[in-house]
Amino acid sequence: MAANVALLGDAPFLILQLLLDGLMIGAIFAVAAYGMALVWGVMNVINVVQGELVMLGGFIAYQLTLWGLSPLWGVPVAAIVLYFVGAGLHHVVIRRVADRDMFISLLATFGLSILLQQLMNQIWGGDVKTAQSGLGTWFLLDYTVTVSQMKVAAFGGAIAIGAVLIIFLKRSRLGQAIRATAQNPRAARILGIDTNRVFAATYGINAALCGAAGALVVMAYSVHPYIGLPYTVRSFMIVIVAGLGNLPGVIVAGLGLGAAENFAGFILGVQYQVAFVFCLLVVILVIRSTLLQRRRQFLK
Amino acid sequence: MSAQLTIEGATKRFGGITANEDISLEVPEGRIVGLIGPNGSGKSTLFNSVVGYHPVDGGSIRFEGREITRLRTAEIARLGLIRTFQQTHVFVQMTGLQNMAISDAEAGHGLFQLMRPVSAETRERAEALLAFCGLYGKRHLMAGELSFGQRKLLELAMALMVRPRMLLLDEPTAGINPTLINGVIERLQRANREFGVTLFVIEHNMRVIMSLAEHIHCLAHGRLLASGPPEALRNDRRVIDAYLGAR
Amino acid sequence: MSGHRQPLLMLAVAAVGVALPFVIPDYRAQIAMLWALVIMAQTWDITGGQTGYNSFGNILFFGVGMYASVVVQRDVGLDFFPGLVLGMVVGAGIAAALAVLLGSMILRMRGHYFAIATLGLGIAAGEIAGGWDYLGAGSGLSPPLFPAPPGTANLFFAYLYFGVAALVFVALAALYRTRFGLALNAIRDNEDKAEAMGLHTGVYKVTAWTMAAFVLGLVGGAMGNMLGFVDPRDTAFAGATFGVWMVLMAILGGKGTLWGPVLGAVIFHITQELLWTHLLGWQRVALGVIIVGIVVFFPQGILGWARTRWPARHEHQGHGSERA
Ligand SMILES: Nc1ncnc2c1ncn2[C@@H]1O[C@H](COP(=O)(O)OP(=O)(O)OP(=O)(O)O)[C@@H](O)[C@H]1O
Ligand SMILES: [Mg+2]
Repeated sequence: MAANVALLGDAPFLILQLLLDGLMIGAIFAVAAYGMALVWGVMNVINVVQGELVMLGGFIAYQLTLWGLSPLWGVPVAAIVLYFVGAGLHHVVIRRVADRDMFISLLATFGLSILLQQLMNQIWGGDVKTAQSGLGTWFLLDYTVTVSQMKVAAFGGAIAIGAVLIIFLKRSRLGQAIRATAQNPRAARILGIDTNRVFAATYGINAALCGAAGALVVMAYSVHPYIGLPYTVRSFMIVIVAGLGNLPGVIVAGLGLGAAENFAGFILGVQYQVAFVFCLLVVILVIRSTLLQRRRQFLK
Repeated sequence: MSAQLTIEGATKRFGGITANEDISLEVPEGRIVGLIGPNGSGKSTLFNSVVGYHPVDGGSIRFEGREITRLRTAEIARLGLIRTFQQTHVFVQMTGLQNMAISDAEAGHGLFQLMRPVSAETRERAEALLAFCGLYGKRHLMAGELSFGQRKLLELAMALMVRPRMLLLDEPTAGINPTLINGVIERLQRANREFGVTLFVIEHNMRVIMSLAEHIHCLAHGRLLASGPPEALRNDRRVIDAYLGAR
Repeated sequence: MSGHRQPLLMLAVAAVGVALPFVIPDYRAQIAMLWALVIMAQTWDITGGQTGYNSFGNILFFGVGMYASVVVQRDVGLDFFPGLVLGMVVGAGIAAALAVLLGSMILRMRGHYFAIATLGLGIAAGEIAGGWDYLGAGSGLSPPLFPAPPGTANLFFAYLYFGVAALVFVALAALYRTRFGLALNAIRDNEDKAEAMGLHTGVYKVTAWTMAAFVLGLVGGAMGNMLGFVDPRDTAFAGATFGVWMVLMAILGGKGTLWGPVLGAVIFHITQELLWTHLLGWQRVALGVIIVGIVVFFPQGILGWARTRWPARHEHQGHGSERA
């Protein structure tokens, strides 16, 4: 561990490499987190199945390659398929738990996450899957830093997806209804907004977002039925740190998390990278509760 | 007559709103003191500051000569300073008797003191106090099944179960059937007389507070507007204006 | 379960527990697992049902007990039984110490933040164990084998877990009768009010979680030997199986009750065993469906449902202040 830290000091290009890689995957974290914040803010549900939706999007793009299509098609196709998966999940499960105690919706979406894991495992098997995009690699600074073109494309794709979503929320009628419902569900209902439809659409849009992100993940990185939960936890951390409805915060926190995770993986060893994510979650929650406690207890 | 509770220059802000501004007052031991003021004048906020629910932004609060400004709610409660809530808080999935049993501070709140069944003394005292508040017949009902007024009474009984030195009561008659209000007044007076509990009472019902309190403080817009015996406040121009202005 | 029928029911269950391994000797392994699941549900309910602190990560204590016990048995060099006992005790002790340490930090969180923090702890533990060579990293550890044929070994574990489950049941029945039990319920109903009444809520919460952790450490401490292997993600820190099951079994039976977790565990385990034999390959998918189904359509559980169905029969879970 100390040796790894020393190595970082000796080879500054490594720092650049880790930083670049981290920022690039961080954009994808930010997209998934933005979707989680949307569902959380609008329907007061913490969507534990978030990461599995990302994985599902990845598997759909992978499936397209099996049928001889370019995985790039996966981005729109996964988004569309996932929209309907999301709307379906909302109809069968989410709408029945959304207005109950938050623990119930937490447990229900956790159950969905286990269900989807098993389903994906059953359909696509328990191996790591990637989809070849056919893009190459750039070498920078005398071959000391490598940049996968696909990762750059994924980074750009994540930004584009986020931009589309934001324009949609600002401009479209449905987007405005979603934002109105997020601010005050009861008032929205009085104004004649069908909140149940808004909820279904919100959940569907979030799923579509995850699906598109997943298609980028399978091309630039890889997917596996059981590695969805870390994506959920990352989204959750980002939302906690940034706060609901704070878009710049989500972006900064997402990129920061991506970078932090990459450095931790390098210093602690890759086998501990996921452990780092979950430990970081606990640490962030402890810090949060301590700050709240302070505010309650002491004079300023 | 010494001051049991002393509030000096208490200030509390919520963002831009100053809910309490430089409030200083005293509550003498063994008395019944009233706190009135229009809606939103900062009465509940002052209670919250006293019992350590939130930190004040300025000023100090002393109880029986002890600085309690920085203590936490539970620590202040263990000193015998208990409040009840405007919205009433009881343990809804527990029976009336269970609510009382867990409120018994004499039986102790230490881990080992808790590790035994409810004693016969606790039970007897609980039943006596429930009878005192007219809830004996409902003692096996879940608190959540009681009406709002009954819950208010249960909350009072629980507070008395602690054998508090001082009770801060936030609108004890709100939501209680007008025909029963006299019963509540009488119970509060008896609690004050027989158990020697100092009462500091927020009340909107003027008839209640005038007949109950010996001394009244009036807040308006977060500041202490006037203080005095009931007759004096009743005719105080500023108090009348504050209430009329609030309409 | 009103007062006078309670002892009769307990006797009946005890008789079943004693006789079962001989009535259906082929199922001794499943019987042992049944009692282990009962204990998991019972202990989950101490914080989840009684105190309102829903943990997704109690599996942490189970896994810690499992690893600690096997490491003790590996490194201390005792015979099988003394080694197992020492391992279980050490496992339970470490689990309890961990509960005190972590609990004092994360039990300050309210509601779903606590649930998510515990979820993180359970998974983090599995990931750490899976990377740590001292614990066999990803391939896990092999505990010493029981010095007798499998039938006898399973008989031993069936009685061991039955004994622990019975002890835990009796202890919890007594605990929930004390004012400590009332204090936990008070926290569940309204923690701010409990504080306003002067209760040391933090201490009680940590104590409750530590009790659960101690017992889970004990259960995990023998599980390695029973299953014959310790694996970081599939047995020890199996969040997607034991980890959620304990929550689910308590909910299915009725959380916040004495018998609910027992009932839930029995029904769940039997269902699951039936699925295992009839749905080759798809059992885990079916289990996922069951989990979601229970949470969505039956969150009040069997006893909760019975209580709304027959409210007249006033239940009180043996709280002393009801009828002394
Ligand atoms: N937690 C809080 N956060 C923000 N503002 C608050 C908070 N609590 C109180 N306030 C504000 O402080 C002011 C005083 O409120 P407070 O509840 O003390 O009034 P009150 O005198 O008890 O009124 P009422 O007679 O209606 O009960 C109000 O403007 C209220 O909106
Ligand atoms: Mg008020």
